[in-house]
Amino acid sequence: MKKEFEVISKIIKNNKKVLDIGCGDGTLMEFLKNHQQNDVRGLEPQKKLVQKCISKGLSVIEGDAEKELVQFPKKSFDYVVLSQTLQAFFSPEEVLNQLLRIGKQTIVSIPNFGYWKVRLHLLFKGTMPITKNLPNEWYNTPNLHMCTIKDFVDFCNKKNITIDKSMCLTNEKISEITNKNLGYKNIFSELGIFLIE
Amino acid sequence: MPGLAGLFFCLNMNSELKNIKKLIVNQSLELDCGKTIKNFPVAYETYGTLNKKKDNAILAFHALTGDQFCTNINPITKREGWWTTAVGPEKAIDTNKYFVICANVIGGCMGSYGPKEISPETNKIFGTTFPVITIRDMVRTQKYLIDHLGIKKLLAVVGGSMGGMQVLQFASMYPDLAHSAIPIACSASHSAQNIALNELGRQAIMADPNWKKENSTPDKGLAVARMAAHITYLSKKGLQEKFGRKLQDRKSLKFSFDADFQIESYLRYQGATFVDRFDANSYLYITRAMDYFDLEKQFKGNLSLAFQNTRSRFCVISFSSDWLYPTIENKEIVIALNACGANVGFVEINSDKGHDSFLLDVPEFLKTVSEFLSSTYNEIKNEEGI
Repeated sequence: MKKEFEVISKIIKNNKKVLDIGCGDGTLMEFLKNHQQNDVRGLEPQKKLVQKCISKGLSVIEGDAEKELVQFPKKSFDYVVLSQTLQAFFSPEEVLNQLLRIGKQTIVSIPNFGYWKVRLHLLFKGTMPITKNLPNEWYNTPNLHMCTIKDFVDFCNKKNITIDKSMCLTNEKISEITNKNLGYKNIFSELGIFLIE
Repeated sequence: MPGLAGLFFCLNMNSELKNIKKLIVNQSLELDCGKTIKNFPVAYETYGTLNKKKDNAILAFHALTGDQFCTNINPITKREGWWTTAVGPEKAIDTNKYFVICANVIGGCMGSYGPKEISPETNKIFGTTFPVITIRDMVRTQKYLIDHLGIKKLLAVVGGSMGGMQVLQFASMYPDLAHSAIPIACSASHSAQNIALNELGRQAIMADPNWKKENSTPDKGLAVARMAAHITYLSKKGLQEKFGRKLQDRKSLKFSFDADFQIESYLRYQGATFVDRFDANSYLYITRAMDYFDLEKQFKGNLSLAFQNTRSRFCVISFSSDWLYPTIENKEIVIALNACGANVGFVEINSDKGHDSFLLDVPEFLKTVSEFLSSTYNEIKNEEGI
């Protein structure tokens, strides 16, 4: 399991109800179900992956988060997880509002566009950055709304969203983001992981 | 001569019908229409072996024209069971592993209480004096069978089309009687389009002058009903690919109303073979039951209330080219289940075989059913282990 999922699973307490949006092949769900006795559900747009999840005994619904989230009742999950997908939605703000409505707490991870390698790539090469977390060309990337860790923190502040926890990942190393180190982390982190409500 | 042959076939069929498994329910059951029935037969068949713990039983519900013989050769019609693709040894619903139960619905014509049976009051065949039945009545009668077999909790209830409606009704009425539920290509409330199509079939039957005559069957009407319905089970693309404008045993058009096109010949064949195995009045009753099905209305317009107590794990499956029970209608079931926090998975299978996909060899579909069942079964085993 990738480091990001380790971080996310540590945030999630045992025996809680979790909705994994864009759950992929269900790796995180499986871990949460088997090791933390979480009651997990998933939403995934790709048929093949949904079938894979169902065959593993995971309850996953085929569907697109931008259309499907409205059906879930208010605060029906203890946690809603959205891993590195927020930037791919047409309307990230709307999706985020839905996540906050459905989940008592929401875990969002974002690839950090403020990472130094990204900045240098654009600065020196003058072309759209391609990194480990952003592997696609500008013309085939699913990412429509890239943001930086700082952007996301500013957004939460502006919208009165409480950040309960903020972590970042660089070279598989986890550290905490604080008000003091925000500028620094915004340069040196590849990924930001936030627990919000 | 044809008359004699027909009579012989009829007698022969009836003697065969006597040999099929039947549970005579001696309790009285009040039907949704208000009438009470008593001492009625529920014809059924089982496949595989019920294990000692009785935890490997699957109840499969049949669709409009199905019966209890879901696999192997149907002893009455001598044709393959309607779900031979899915049920059998090492198939998706593996009879080496599971005990599969399938009953003929009430109103049907394969031995269960239906319009073909003799009315105890008049000593004549019921015909249209048979009470109007509902999907809920069908499910209630099958519950007697489960009790009779001594099964406390089913591993799964499964069915497509009208079978799927029974799955939904079962899950709603008996929230803790099945570990899992697989409603396939169905709807929680029959749409106007589907009521219209059923009405077309019924009118075809009732327009046949033989329908009201004693000792005769409205074969023409029933065949037309079947032909019309059969089109709705396929997709435009599927039809085009299979038949296109291909001609039937001829090189050019005959400028007549013969079956010039293969599709015409195919439909005529479907209609003609159907009347040998199906009772026209059963067709009226069962299509009516489907039309009356509205689970949402049973719960005052809130479908999620239908499932609020359910403890079953659901796997809802639809097919991309099914326009009779389209994905959007299946999805409404998923939405209702989500709204009440039920455990639900959903997948739309890509297939151009239309509504009939659930009866055909669609590998992705069969794989999903197979793996969902085995993961559910393993989970039960694990829980029992603890």
